[in-house]
Amino acid sequence: MKLLTTSAPHVRTEDSTRKVMIDVLIALAPAVVGATYFFGLYALVLSIVGMISAELIELFIMRVLRKDKNFVPNGSAAVTGLLLALNLSVATPWWVLLIGVIFAIAIVKHTFGGLGQNIFNPALAARVFLLVSFPTAMTTWYKPIASFKGWYPADVQTTATPLAVLKLQGFSKVMESTTYTDLIFGNIGGCIGETSAILLLLGFVYLVFRKRIKIFIPFSYIMTVLIISSIFYSVNPEKFGSPIFHIFAGGLMLGALYMATDMVTTPMTLKGQAIFGVGCGLITMIIRYFGGYPEGVSLSILLMNALTPLIDRYTQPKIFGRRQK
Amino acid sequence: MRLLTFKGGVHPPEKKLTEHEEIKKAPLPDKVVVFMAQHAGAAAKPVVEVGQEVKTGQIIGEPQGLISAYVHSPVTGKVISVGKINSNVHGMAVEAVTIERTGSDEWELLPKVDYQSASKEELIELIKKAGIVGLGGAMFPTHVKLNPPKPVEILIINGAECEPYLTIDHRVMLEMHEEILMGIEITRKILGVKEVYIGIESNKKDALQLLEEKWNGKVKVAALKTKYPQGAEKQLIKAITGREVPSGGLPSDVGVVVQNVSTMIAIKEAIIDRKPLIERGLTLTGEGVRKRGNWWVRIGAPISWIINELGGGFTEGFEEIKVLMGGPMMGIPVASLDIPILKGNNGITVIKEQKRESTNCIRCSYCVHVCPINLQPYLLDMLSRKKKYDEAAAIGLLDCIECGSCTYICPANVEHVKSIKLAKKVYRTLRGGKK
Repeated sequence: MKLLTTSAPHVRTEDSTRKVMIDVLIALAPAVVGATYFFGLYALVLSIVGMISAELIELFIMRVLRKDKNFVPNGSAAVTGLLLALNLSVATPWWVLLIGVIFAIAIVKHTFGGLGQNIFNPALAARVFLLVSFPTAMTTWYKPIASFKGWYPADVQTTATPLAVLKLQGFSKVMESTTYTDLIFGNIGGCIGETSAILLLLGFVYLVFRKRIKIFIPFSYIMTVLIISSIFYSVNPEKFGSPIFHIFAGGLMLGALYMATDMVTTPMTLKGQAIFGVGCGLITMIIRYFGGYPEGVSLSILLMNALTPLIDRYTQPKIFGRRQK
Repeated sequence: MRLLTFKGGVHPPEKKLTEHEEIKKAPLPDKVVVFMAQHAGAAAKPVVEVGQEVKTGQIIGEPQGLISAYVHSPVTGKVISVGKINSNVHGMAVEAVTIERTGSDEWELLPKVDYQSASKEELIELIKKAGIVGLGGAMFPTHVKLNPPKPVEILIINGAECEPYLTIDHRVMLEMHEEILMGIEITRKILGVKEVYIGIESNKKDALQLLEEKWNGKVKVAALKTKYPQGAEKQLIKAITGREVPSGGLPSDVGVVVQNVSTMIAIKEAIIDRKPLIERGLTLTGEGVRKRGNWWVRIGAPISWIINELGGGFTEGFEEIKVLMGGPMMGIPVASLDIPILKGNNGITVIKEQKRESTNCIRCSYCVHVCPINLQPYLLDMLSRKKKYDEAAAIGLLDCIECGSCTYICPANVEHVKSIKLAKKVYRTLRGGKK
């Protein structure tokens, strides 16, 4: 018999990093099903390639390059790989995704120290990296085929995303080809994982139920977008588009619910999380209205990632028994 | 019923395996080891010699300095050794007196007083003579605590017992409420307070009802939400009075004194029965011990004796175990079963080590939300491990109450409390005791 004297507390939850990551993957499952339904089996292929390649690359980095013999995959890389895949157009070749995954895991995550140490959301940073490296593949959008039609959506029409249409042709033109129902259910052009708001919300409810999400972020993010777009809509509806449109179009749902809530790269305090969400909302709308790109979700979250340490520093709550500073 | 509570905290599985076991009187141990450091502050000085005959209740250690306490012989017998014994509980070798029992109890009682007519000073002196310390675990000398630097108007009796497994406070409230009430009346007189509360967690419904009925409003019974660390002094005061003890301050800064229920029994026994503190109730529990129960035992009884005589030995199949002095959240694992029961020892918990996988912090922010002191445990852990003690102190290193909620909840299995405890020690040493 051996007496152990390890440190208190001597009971812990049965929780683990792996369980957190698996919950995020479960929450994204409806979005993957939706992507497959709207864009064909190739969307499913992209999702699986993203997850598996990310885990393999991380395993290689940890075991071979960082010489951690005891490393066991924990699912965090799979989350990054899947989120990156869901942020691509179905027109993206699989090897472009692979380059993105390598960039995400090796450069964005592990040069900063690996799990929990990265400043920027790896999936988003990789997406922006691919956007500037492969602009054509990354901005060719197919119309959803809305049924299983084989591996790859060949011979289907290319389209512009509703946000691009808004920017170039105005809001009435958007509403000619797109209905709100399409926007909410996802029958529109765009990244494979971002189009169906309803499926993303389904996974979000699961995360809230499992307490796996910094809930103030999506709330303040979406509220900010709602308020700003309402103001601008009342000024010039044709130029700026309706608030409902802005909430359901583009990557806002995917970004606000899954990217802006990435645990590692977002603030720790509730006040900080609210500020983070407001910042994301502001920058998103500035880019959507006045920027060179039609969509600003990725860039806004990355910019706020950079501010996270600063936000954390200035939003520490009052310590018990101390006076408010 | 409206449940009072504080902000933050966790709810570990309660595992109150022994809540229906009546308190049994343990037989007298044949040998006792009595540490001279069984209280916060300076260790007592042994005043007996090897070979000397001692009676039950005889003083064997005298206090050194203002914050210290008397130590008494728990049995009638012969001193067989006086000297330092290694104790990982104290973190060093500590002076101890080992006594072999030679027969049944021959008492040396405390002086007689009539508590109705005695002065406050006389009562405090008697409590000091009885060697009473806080029996909830902190072991702060009670005679010091009952003489607060500022006037107080509220006395809170701590019956929260928020540690999983432990049930002794629960049992004494059910079985010894008359003694507790007498202790409260004496304490009330000493402090000169009008208002007395007893705080009890809602998972002890029977105790809440019983005291409400028996005490008949003499003490206000406050039902507390079952949440850890509800029994921590500052959290208890916050829950019941809404007052926040200032950082670095004492409960008397907000006009409150907190006492554990078992301490009330010790006070009653000292003043009414003239018995110094040589025995107490404790819970012997955990999956690793065969017979679990609540016992009234002599202080100084070795843990090995407790486990074999009272617990029937270890459960089979328990090879690598933790024998904890206290409960699983804040208990100290003993490195040797020769270590004896201390005055502040409310339980012995025998459990298995929980195997868990650790990763880097994933910044989930769970620790920030459960911290009852509103600290940033992830940051304190990081700064402590990087030896940035001044930075850690600036964000509340010394405010941490080491309750372990952050480490309990952490999915990455980060050892916040371990690094914070170490950092506190180093920081205090580096600062030479200066604040």
